[in-house]
Amino acid sequence: MRMPDTQKVHLSREHAAELLRAMLLIRRFEERCAALYSAEKIRGFLHLYIGQEANAVGIMQALGPEDAVVATYREHGHALARGLPPSEVMAEMFGKATGSSRGRGGSMHIFDAKRRFYGGNAIVGGGLPLAVGLALADKMQKRCRVTCCFFGEGAAAEGEFHESLNLAALWKLPVLFVCENNRYAMGTAIERSESVIEIATHARSYGIGAETVDGMDVVAVECAARKATDEIRAGGGPRFLENRTYRFRAHSMFDAELYRSKSEVEEWKKKDPIVLFSHWAEATGLLAAGRQEEIEAGIMRDIEGAVAHAEQAPWEPVADLLSDVYTPASGGPTS
Amino acid sequence: MIEFKMPSLGADMDAGTLVEWLKKPGDAVKRGDIIAVVDTQKSAIEIEVFADGILDRLLVEPGQRVPVGTVMATIREPGDLADAGLPPKAVPSSASPPAAKSSAPVAPASAPLVAARGEPRATPAARRRAVELGVEIASVLPGPEGVIGLGEVEAAAGARAPAKPQRPGGISFDEMRKAIGAAMARSHREIPHYYVSSTLDVSPLMAWLEAENTRRPVPERLLYAAPLIRAVARALMDSPELNGHYVDGRYDPAEHVNLGIAVAMRGGGLIAPAILAAETLDLAAIMERLRDLVARVRGGRLRSSEMTAGTATITNLGEGTADSLMPLIYPPQVAIVGCGRIVERPWIVDGKIEAAKLMTVTVAGDHRISDGRRAAAFLMNLDKLLQSPETL
Amino acid sequence: MTGGRKITYREAVREALREALTRDERVFLMGEDVGRYGGAYACSMGLLAEFGEERVRDTPLSESGFVGAGIGAALGGMRPIVEIMTVNFSLLALDQIVNNAATLRHMSGGQLSVPLVIRMATGAGRQLAAQHSHSLECWYAHVPGLKVVAPATVADARGMLWTALCDPDPVVIFEHAALYNDESEVAAGGDLAVDIASAAVRRQGTDATLVTYGGSLKKSLAAAEVLAKDGISCEVVDLRSLRPLDDRTIMASVAKTHRAIVVDEGWRTGSLAAEIGTRTMEQAFFDLDAPVGRVCSAEVPIPYPKHLETAATPQVDGIVAAVRGALRR
Repeated sequence: MRMPDTQKVHLSREHAAELLRAMLLIRRFEERCAALYSAEKIRGFLHLYIGQEANAVGIMQALGPEDAVVATYREHGHALARGLPPSEVMAEMFGKATGSSRGRGGSMHIFDAKRRFYGGNAIVGGGLPLAVGLALADKMQKRCRVTCCFFGEGAAAEGEFHESLNLAALWKLPVLFVCENNRYAMGTAIERSESVIEIATHARSYGIGAETVDGMDVVAVECAARKATDEIRAGGGPRFLENRTYRFRAHSMFDAELYRSKSEVEEWKKKDPIVLFSHWAEATGLLAAGRQEEIEAGIMRDIEGAVAHAEQAPWEPVADLLSDVYTPASGGPTS
Repeated sequence: MIEFKMPSLGADMDAGTLVEWLKKPGDAVKRGDIIAVVDTQKSAIEIEVFADGILDRLLVEPGQRVPVGTVMATIREPGDLADAGLPPKAVPSSASPPAAKSSAPVAPASAPLVAARGEPRATPAARRRAVELGVEIASVLPGPEGVIGLGEVEAAAGARAPAKPQRPGGISFDEMRKAIGAAMARSHREIPHYYVSSTLDVSPLMAWLEAENTRRPVPERLLYAAPLIRAVARALMDSPELNGHYVDGRYDPAEHVNLGIAVAMRGGGLIAPAILAAETLDLAAIMERLRDLVARVRGGRLRSSEMTAGTATITNLGEGTADSLMPLIYPPQVAIVGCGRIVERPWIVDGKIEAAKLMTVTVAGDHRISDGRRAAAFLMNLDKLLQSPETL
Repeated sequence: MTGGRKITYREAVREALREALTRDERVFLMGEDVGRYGGAYACSMGLLAEFGEERVRDTPLSESGFVGAGIGAALGGMRPIVEIMTVNFSLLALDQIVNNAATLRHMSGGQLSVPLVIRMATGAGRQLAAQHSHSLECWYAHVPGLKVVAPATVADARGMLWTALCDPDPVVIFEHAALYNDESEVAAGGDLAVDIASAAVRRQGTDATLVTYGGSLKKSLAAAEVLAKDGISCEVVDLRSLRPLDDRTIMASVAKTHRAIVVDEGWRTGSLAAEIGTRTMEQAFFDLDAPVGRVCSAEVPIPYPKHLETAATPQVDGIVAAVRGALRR
């Protein structure tokens, strides 16, 4: 693993352990989710983030609690990396009343307003204008905050992507656009859906500073994110990161993966962000022998706790079906 | 005189503010001239005039905001006299285009059928059916939820069996069957029945009826049940041991004959509501009560008095094919009269065989109160009455 | 009929697509993941290999773009079939559909024609929550210039597409996602095309009319079955065409039964059920022996948990209760 020249990352032993822990939490949590899906505890669509963990974890290092995050329907990793309690995320997946969205959203719609996590959006590209607006509000209220918007390369084909980039650049809004380019828009390879396959090119065409980052390298992602957010906070307007990454699992649980070869997947798995990082950290002495096992054990306890919590959590009563359609005080029209 | 109005510059423009007049009264204007500047939601726009003439009066001041269509100025056409009258008010005239005649079919405005206070809640279909059947909607008793539906109207009209069974008084057929079963079991268990039968020649009755009905207008025509009921009622008045209630070991003969009429209900079940004081009613009244009773049985709206006040019962008014029947008494009554169908059979009258219309009448009596002799006397009495139908 | 065979709704759609691609060179299919992936609902599985990339075109995620391109291609003499993954995504293309496809003929004074077919999945029932589960058929049925159909049976899924393609105007086909696995008998061969303008009486009855479409047909038939056990005879009308509505069939049934209940997975307010109820009032007022009933979705974005999703959408119990209510028993 190569350390970027521009790095400003202070890689203490604690920080290295934290990066590893955060990525492992996502990995193990989602592995458990896949099993729970097969056991019909989790329903609907389940889009796993496995393989892409370095992106959410690396980016979040550069964000503070005052910053905002807008994510996609593949957002378990972002939610966990943002610090949402695994028990609340798991309860949400179960559809239970103690879930982060009271069970209303499920896997694709995890929200946490107090952590400024503005959710899983299941309409491709739908989060980008939202992020622009959040940043606009910050700018108009003279708050020095960053809104970070995650999306896939598939979104780059949507009008909303281009409209949002243009607006953010035009108004010099504090948005960090993070394109997690995992090469497939559902089942359509980037070469089949994009006329320009370097997505960062689009950002540059709107006058937005953009970088292409190795999305399988958590340290590289963190470095790029720190640099970008520093520039944004300094008033430089939006920045754009194109993180080259890969999802190891299918698009969703019900996907035969006819559109890519097993050998391609295997080739990418050699770049597993967790394996690479832990090997590198051990080799450089940042991670003591046996430390990963300790971390794993802690994570497994957390996940077991989350599953137990979700199992026991109550269902929302059917009598509450119509709740949260309008703000209670507004007494919105009922049919 | 031409009116210069606040123009509509787009479908989304509803008003404008006059910024300034570019011409003054007396100025000549010609089609295409810009004569005013108007501020709209979008921007200030120069407004042109579409006629030639002399600007006569300015009706709107700069700064004033007026709706589209408001007359802002008048323009004298060549030949017009200067307007000496009062200035027209600055009010919007017909700004919008005339309402387009819709080519789409518009449902005819139906007369409001919202029931006035106190009027019955009848469905549209029920109201229409009521008109067809000549039923006064106000006379129809509402069904469940206080609504008069098709079923209620048809029942009230005694219309012929609609497809669905109705429920008398909200009782289901299962419950009805159970109640009949319980009453009949009690009857069979407690009442020592005896039976007396007699075959009566009803030829005179039927002949009289035929003659009578040709005389009567159609709505007033009689069923033979009417004279039969009247004859039975009168005969019962002379047989107090057959007309009353037996309760807790005590027999109360009745003052009137509340004659229970066994009516088969659609969908099964049998019910015997009473025609109260039947002996006092003439044939027309009996006919009317009979019709009303049958309709209300089918409509499921009997009065409780009709259900409990019977003092004796008559059953099987010639319906079906049974020659004779042996009915069970409805407790607490003490007699029931069962009439078989009317059949034409050979009959010996004065030593000669004649064709006669015959009906076998069976009286079931309660041996605790009476005996067969009493019933036989009743039957003789009845026979006598039926032989002189014109007296009924 | 040349002898029946059982196929799924999904296979029926695929056969119809294959038939269209085979019969008319101008026909092509485009949409997100219709090619390599085989279609989000596997309706176009195998067609890419069979017909090639020119005629089975994977599109980028750009609904407005590729739907608009479909409109343009139709103007240019092609016969495009555009697949949109779900009705929720179609909102990104609403501008093109409403402002172009539906209006071009009229705006051009009748000079232009848009012979376009748009297919999309619709409906709830799979716990996909509030951005994948809605029934917005009504929105499209609101728009003059569009024809909107909802095949609720395998035979209609098989037969409506070709008729839609033959139509000179844009036709939107709604396939309820809960139907794709349904299996039924269809004719083995011959011309399987069916009309796309009339409603169909799927069950005869005398006491009440259930008017429904799409994914609610099955539920309505199931409710009719339950009610039949209690001696209540329901007629079930499958609208098939949501625009135009076949008033004649609806009103003929109401004239017979005197009671109408509309079962519609759309939200109640401003729904197709509202439209049908109003038309029934306008055209069959004096036949009605009860107010027109509605069984619609609750006025809430579709929630994720199964029990709430079920409670939010029309179900057999609710339909049965509505019929009993109309019969006042």
